[in-house]
Parts: sequence; C-alpha cells; structure tokens
Amino acid sequence: MTLRLENVSRVVGAETHIHPTTLTLEKGTINLLLGPTLSGKTSLMRLMAGLDRPTAGRITMDGVDVTGLPVRERNVAMVYQQFINYPSMTVYENIASPLRVKGAPKAEIHRKVMEAAALLRLESQLDKTPLQLSGGQQQRTAIARAIVKGAGLVLLDEPLANLDYKLREELRVELPRIFDKTGAIFVYATTEPTEALLLGGNTATLREGRITQFGPTVDVYRRPDDRATAEIFSDPPMNFARMAIRGGQMSLGQVLNRPATGPLAALAEGDYWLGFRPHHVTLGAESPHAIRVSATVAVTEITGSESFIHVDVGAERWIALVPGVVEYLPETVIDIHLDPDRFFVFGTDGRLAAAPTGAAAA
Amino acid sequence: MRLRSLILTLYLVFLTLPIYWLMNMSFKNNSEITNQGLTLYPREFTLKNYINIFTDPAWYMGYVDSLIYVALNTLISISVALPAAYAFSRYRFLGDKHLFFWFLTNRMAPPAVFALPFFNLYSAVGLFDTHWAVALAHTIFNVPLAIWILEGFMSGVPREIDETAFIDGYSFPRFFVKIFVPLIASGIGVAAFFCFMFSWVELLLARTLTNNMPISSIMTRTASSAGMDWGQLAAAGVLTLVPGALVIWFVRNYIAKGFALGRV
Repeated sequence: MTLRLENVSRVVGAETHIHPTTLTLEKGTINLLLGPTLSGKTSLMRLMAGLDRPTAGRITMDGVDVTGLPVRERNVAMVYQQFINYPSMTVYENIASPLRVKGAPKAEIHRKVMEAAALLRLESQLDKTPLQLSGGQQQRTAIARAIVKGAGLVLLDEPLANLDYKLREELRVELPRIFDKTGAIFVYATTEPTEALLLGGNTATLREGRITQFGPTVDVYRRPDDRATAEIFSDPPMNFARMAIRGGQMSLGQVLNRPATGPLAALAEGDYWLGFRPHHVTLGAESPHAIRVSATVAVTEITGSESFIHVDVGAERWIALVPGVVEYLPETVIDIHLDPDRFFVFGTDGRLAAAPTGAAAA
Repeated sequence: MRLRSLILTLYLVFLTLPIYWLMNMSFKNNSEITNQGLTLYPREFTLKNYINIFTDPAWYMGYVDSLIYVALNTLISISVALPAAYAFSRYRFLGDKHLFFWFLTNRMAPPAVFALPFFNLYSAVGLFDTHWAVALAHTIFNVPLAIWILEGFMSGVPREIDETAFIDGYSFPRFFVKIFVPLIASGIGVAAFFCFMFSWVELLLARTLTNNMPISSIMTRTASSAGMDWGQLAAAGVLTLVPGALVIWFVRNYIAKGFALGRV
C-alpha cells in the first residue's frame, strides 16, 4: 500500500494548519514526523487518517482517491498521545473491538487478540478494564487494538510522550519489532530527535505546518536541506553564529577572523549562518584544525554523565555538551574549541551551503 | 468537638422534624390530631389512612397518573437532550454558545406564563387532560436542564474516544449506544433525576392542563364540609415523598456532580 498526499493543505478559519504538502509513504516503512509542538504533526496525521478533510489537495491510497472518504471506511488505525481506550470494556474487548465491528468469526477474533496480547505482553491483563492498568499497559492496549485491525496505515501520535522514562525506553525498543511484522505504513509523530534516530526509517521534519525535508532519517540528520531542518533535528538545539566570508577569510563578528579552510574554502563571498552541534563544541582541541574561541560561561547544567555549558561568545549564546562532570561558575572565561570539519553552513535564505561529509556530520 | 456534634444534631432535628411530623400524623386518626393537642407519637396507631389510599381508585390512580406523565416526561427529555448535548459538546456551529445559553433562559420564565397558551393549544388539538399534555409541557423546563447536565458529562469524555471508535469502524448510532452512553451513564442518571423531580413536584401546569390529574391536586379533595381529613392528607404526603427518595438513592453518588451540571 502506498499513501500519497498531493498538495494537501488545511485551513481553519484564518489559520493555516498545514501548508500545501506533497508526500509519498511506501508500504512497510516507518515514517517519522519530527517537529516541535504545534508544528502540524497531529494536523497532518488527522488528514492522513481522514478525521479532518483537507481544504485543498488529494489523498490517494494505492492510487485510489480517498480524499472525501469517511474515516470508518478507511483502512487506518491510530494511537493517541493520551491513552485512549474504551473505559467500560475489558482489555480483551478493547483489543477485539475493531474485529467485532467487522463481524469477524469468534475463533479468529480470539486468535488475533491473543496474538496481539502476547506481542504486547498483556496476556495477564485481559480481564481487567483499562483504568485498572498502569499507563504503559494502557498504551500497550491501544497499540494492540491498532495492530489487531491489520490496517494498511497505522498512525502513532507521540505514543510514548505521556509515559515515564523507563517505560518509554522499553516500548521504544519493542515498537520497531512490532512494526516489522505487519508490513503496514507506520507514521510516528515525535518531538524528540533522539527518538527519531532510534527508530530509523524515514523522517519528515515539520515547522509551522510545512514539511521542511523528507528522507531517510540519518540523511536528514546528517545533511539537513536548510537551517529550519537542522534546528528541528538537533537536541540540544544546534548553535548558530553569523559568519561573513570575505577574501578567503571567515569572520564571526569581532570574535574570530581566520582563513576559510576545509569545507568553508569553497564558499562564495557573502554572509552566512554557521551551525554546529553542541556535542561538537569541546573544551580541549580534539583535531589539529580545531579553532580556539574564548567564551564566558552563563550557566552549567549537569545531567550526571554529561554537562551542558551555556556560554556567551560575542552576541551569541551557544551550548557545549561535554562528557563528564564539568562545573564552572558563571562569568568564568574559558576556552572552547570548534572543529571546522563539522561545520554546517547555511545561506542567509536558510538553504544549506556546505555540510560536513560522512561521519563528521553525526 | 461536642459543640460541633450538638450543632449538627440540632440541625438534623430541625431538618427532619417536619417529615417526622408528617409521618406521625399519617398514623393517627383525626380526633387525635385535632383534639389531643401535642402528641409526639401516635397514641392509637392506625394504618387506616394508608389502607384508604390503596383501596380507593380515586386516590391511588392519582399516583399512577402522576407517575405516568413524570416517566413519559423523563423519557422524552432525556432522549431529546442526548443528541442535543452531544452536538453542543462536540461541534462548533454558528451561534452555538448563544443557543446553549438561550436554552437555559427558558427556565427563568415562571410556569404560569406558559399555562394559558398551553391550555388553549392543548384544548384545540385535543390533548387536554392527557398524560402527554403534562409530559410535553414539562419538557420546556426539563429539556434545557437535561442538555446542560449531559453536555457537562459528555465534555468530560475525551473526543479521541469518539474518533478511535470511528477509526475502529463503528457507525455513529452503534458507537453512541455501545460506547458513549455507558461512559456517561451516571450523567444520564443525574439528568433523569432532575427531570423526574421537577415534573413530580410541578403543580401549576399539571393542574391547568388536566382535570385534577396530579396527586398533589387530588390531595385538595380531603377538604370537605366535614372539615379537613388531616390523617389522610398526611398519609398521601408521605407517599408523595417515596418516589423522590427512591430516585435519590440510585443517583446518590453522582448528585453533587449533577448539581454542578457535570462541570466538576
């Protein structure tokens, strides 16, 4: 099954929730919608599901136009961020519900429910009602119901966001395994870049109702088309600095002025945005090309195994993510090192002008 | 601590005294009520008053008639209010908030305002002195109330449950009956209780639109040339309390939420 959106847009009142979007999703793939809150992930999913009608554009499934088809006649399943189950039914009946509506034979219903329950480790909970379960089990029930239907399109709208850390890790590991067995198109919305990278597949990055880039997750991460994509796909956020290239010299305002080397050498003269990931900012020089910059510490956050050092350099605020516990008092002046081999360069229009190659982009 | 229980006890006595006195009177005969002055319990205990009510069709049919139109009214009100409340809770449409408020303003008008037009209308279409006449007239007060209560309860059910059901393939009627109604069952109970109570105690419309059908108006028959039949009146009064008490028992756990119109 192939799902295709052609110039699909949705406007509600004076607000445009989704700008015209064209997207093709193939059978048996995991597709991530990555973007901050209110970027249009849920709106896009609701259009795919048929819960909302697009204002303009066409949606086809296997070439068949389904744009106006009501959701109950479509072959879709959906899991919400909130744990949505039927509170008045047992877990068994919850999972069986889509099959019962279809009028499947009793034996088949039983077999499929038991299969899904085994896959999601719910066997011992089948006689309980959803509200007697933990959050993780409630969400498993919702996922089981989505899987048992055998839908060609399964939409998961931040399914793990309301779970605690441990359960989230656990389910995140299990999900790809569950996905693989069904051969459906999976669409998975998340706000977390890490989650997208862990799940793999394809990623569409969204900002303000627009898809900024769509492609294999790793490619989107390593070669973002524009600044917006790079910002969305970086956690903590990517650091940026205004950069000017003049006569073979790169300069970051008053901070830095040096020959444009490495990937910067090929750039035309002009103004650019320089981007680099927080974990590529190091305290010591880790490469012979490393550029030393003097910075003032604003605040340090320590997570246990890593430290986030927020520093002011000229007018810019950057974040350095360094291993181990490193603590500086605010206002301390320290040296940080940037690796020009890991620089992303964007034009003032936001388009990518130069990117690191291969593993240096990670 | 002792002061607190003392005050509570006094309050309780104050609340239950009229009800106790009504029951007390219903087990006395008239001469004890009128001649013997203050007696805290019946000196000559008698069930005569109750037996009289249960054997005289003129009496007990009053209860039956009242119960019929009250039940009819509750049924109509709830079945009309359910889809209306669903629309208010789930959809945005032109003027929805105004309409919603306007419904409630219906309750601000005193029943007397509607008595004459209803009388005229029902006489013209031949509904006068039927159960339907009262049941339909009471919906003007009960439907808005039921919509308000049910809307509150429905808005407490996440919209995603509706959507999940549609994604699962439920048709709207099947979803509504199988999934939605069980989720707001307590709200329906509370709404039914309020409809029941209003219709049960409302006298003016019920009396104007029928020939002495409501039980409360039948009670006035106890006044005769021989004076008031106090014992009989008290027994009828006690029996009038029973249905309300029964209904309250069923919705006792949800009643507070109901008073807040489901918005707790």
